[in-house]
Amino acid sequence: MTAPGILRPAPLPAPAPPVNAETKPYWDATARGQLLVTQCADCQALIWYPRAHCPDCASPRTRWLPVSGRGHVYSYTVNYRGEGPYQGCGPYVLAYVELDEGPRMMTNIVEAGPEALQVGMPVEVVFHDTGEGSALPRFRPA
Amino acid sequence: MSIRGKAHIAGAHEHPDRKIPDKSIAQVHAEVAIGALNDAGLTMRDVDAYFCAGDAPGFGPVSMADYLGLRNLRYLDSTETGGSSYLTHVGHAAAAIAAGKCRVALITLAGLPRSQPGQRPDGVRRSAAPEAGFESVFGPTTVSMYALAARRHMHEFGTTSAQLAAIKVAASQHAQHNPRAMLPVPVTVEEVLDSPMISDPLHRLDCCVITDGGGALVVVAPEVAAGLPRQTVKVLGHGESPKLADNGRIDLTRTGAVWSGPRALEEAGVTHADIDYASIYDSFTITVLQAIEDLGFCDKGKGGGFVADGSLLAPHGRLPFNTDGGGLCNNHPANRGGMTKVIEAVRQLRGEASAAVQVPDCELALAHGNGGSLGTRSAAATLILGREDA
Repeated sequence: MTAPGILRPAPLPAPAPPVNAETKPYWDATARGQLLVTQCADCQALIWYPRAHCPDCASPRTRWLPVSGRGHVYSYTVNYRGEGPYQGCGPYVLAYVELDEGPRMMTNIVEAGPEALQVGMPVEVVFHDTGEGSALPRFRPA
Repeated sequence: MSIRGKAHIAGAHEHPDRKIPDKSIAQVHAEVAIGALNDAGLTMRDVDAYFCAGDAPGFGPVSMADYLGLRNLRYLDSTETGGSSYLTHVGHAAAAIAAGKCRVALITLAGLPRSQPGQRPDGVRRSAAPEAGFESVFGPTTVSMYALAARRHMHEFGTTSAQLAAIKVAASQHAQHNPRAMLPVPVTVEEVLDSPMISDPLHRLDCCVITDGGGALVVVAPEVAAGLPRQTVKVLGHGESPKLADNGRIDLTRTGAVWSGPRALEEAGVTHADIDYASIYDSFTITVLQAIEDLGFCDKGKGGGFVADGSLLAPHGRLPFNTDGGGLCNNHPANRGGMTKVIEAVRQLRGEASAAVQVPDCELALAHGNGGSLGTRSAAATLILGREDA
């Protein structure tokens, strides 16, 4: 199920991720336009990428937590040689974004030309529909 | 317990070819295995330990052991850490030999990525990794993951593309003396910067070559080495460490060399100033820069200045490196550079490098590898090797 007005058409390939029992809540949320992380119920650490246990304290008790979807660019590259689903798609921006809540996640920067890109620039999440019940969290200039 | 001096590299062999369209991967494993055993003066029957990584076709180390005809094995290790696997194998073999588990260890690598592009080795299934869904969907490629590290290094430390290019220039100066090098013609900083951008800020000439080929090593107990005709090389120290994405705290400017380097140097009981020659994994120019800093040959962030002033040039630079031309210009068999790093260090310590780049009186060498991706997860391995009389 998708919420109109939240999902945006993908200018880039939007390959569907592999989804399993552990990661299904995350991907279901992306289809609703919501970015989740997991949080440790014992040490309170935010966990990225999401998983069912805490890699900081080994607690098996974690919960899903919505995050703001805001952050800044930690690093980026304009890749001219895509492979797999990205082969032949033209240059695209691969990046790590540091969320305001702390974790650094791999993503793409969209809606920004290469000349506008800078390490440290503020960005916000947008979701690109994969067509298979999930959406890719990408980021645009905020 | 330390492995210092408790194992020797007795045989080393690099496949002579860079394009091998008419052979199987297993066949190339066998050719390099025979080459290294011949170099050592040993035979398949002498081998009681076999080490291979994800490039070995088939069921772990078992298919290749069977194919090679290794009938006397009592120790197996198929540790897979990408390009650094083979340095790790040397360390593991030395530890196993020191513990009395085996006496003659064979390590092989082979692959045909130039003739058979796009084929991932059997032993590498990254699509099944738990992180795959959170990364692969965004189109990361090998080059782009290193480009992310290069960009961040530039941001934090002011490193420039021209400084990175100086690493390729030094490698190409060495490669001109290697008649088998894939890229034997020296290049300039300008030529590197003018080569096509692959993934900003990395240009085509910031990248290593793609070659078919392979290599093999034979690591033996000291009492075995004593009975061999060839000069051997002592394993003096070994360190290894993975570098993790660490629960969203990924740091693109530091590698596992921060930990593997000191461990290896401490075990060998030597310091940076003692190192006469260094083989440093060079999948990309940024890989070398970060390793030099993280191993401690210069302060963190100062690698750009270090490489730009000719430090890497053999035979007289401060830290002569990759005198075969390295992965950047000579050979990067199976897309994995660790094996050839050890082989060139062995050549230097035996005094068998190309005459123009042979480091005079080379007594101590460091070999370092980094497997996986600087941009996500990687595994570093460092060896300290010494001349037989070291």
